[in-house]
Amino acid sequence: MSVAPAEVDLPRIEDESVPDKPWVTIVWNDPINLMSYVTYVFEHVFGYPRPKAEKLMLDVHHKGKAVVASGTRESMERNVEILHGYGLWATVRQDV
Amino acid sequence: MEIFPARDGGVRVWLSAGEAELLRLLANHVIDLMGDDRKDQPQRSVMDELEALFEEGPAPQSPTDPVLARLLPDAYREDPEAAGEFRKYTERSLREAKKYFAQTILDTLPDNGGRVKLTPGQARDWMRAINDVRLAWGVKLEVTEDFEEQLAALDPEDPKVATFEVYGWLGAIQESLVQALAR
Repeated sequence: MSVAPAEVDLPRIEDESVPDKPWVTIVWNDPINLMSYVTYVFEHVFGYPRPKAEKLMLDVHHKGKAVVASGTRESMERNVEILHGYGLWATVRQDV
Repeated sequence: MEIFPARDGGVRVWLSAGEAELLRLLANHVIDLMGDDRKDQPQRSVMDELEALFEEGPAPQSPTDPVLARLLPDAYREDPEAAGEFRKYTERSLREAKKYFAQTILDTLPDNGGRVKLTPGQARDWMRAINDVRLAWGVKLEVTEDFEEQLAALDPEDPKVATFEVYGWLGAIQESLVQALAR
């Protein structure tokens, strides 16, 4: 793993002016959700282009989990609410 | 059951009376699961609910029942306090949402089977409700990624065969809905 440079890029956050470690939304693999359904959620609910949605789904499937978004804690929690509504298993974590 | 995409982005569903009856049962099961735990207590007023949100008491616990734990998961893995806070503010509306999706199935199912045209919103509700049914059954049956092999390994006389087959049927419906909506 490489160490981040001393000058850190500001995370993609909407209107915070104070730099902070970004928060991330993680989606976890499970044996029930269909791959096509997970891709659908990433594409049609999160608005990712189909190839990115499929890649994220495959990351979840093969690696056990994937970071699907980053930003403020509030927007990550909002993502998790939406994902839980769709039956995906998602959590929030502060990026390291 | 047949599922076709409709021109407005919704779907058409053709299903038998038996399939309608089964879906009705399964949708009602989700509504029961998501129901208010305090069913036997009188309806709380809006003021009671607001007070509950602001009271200092301990945050709600993660469900111990594995089915509920999967349908209402923790939002934080290693921070029970944050998970409790999140649950305190969101669990109720998540339960209501899942009840709403299942209710859409009940409201749109043709009583004795037949054909129904779902709007895009109704089709998405069906998809989410059927997914919730699959989650509940999948947890109960302890399905793995090798579901087909699990089914094949069962003794044909095993009563679990029927529930495994229903689970598989639900997966096929789910797949059809996704394909119809993803166009």
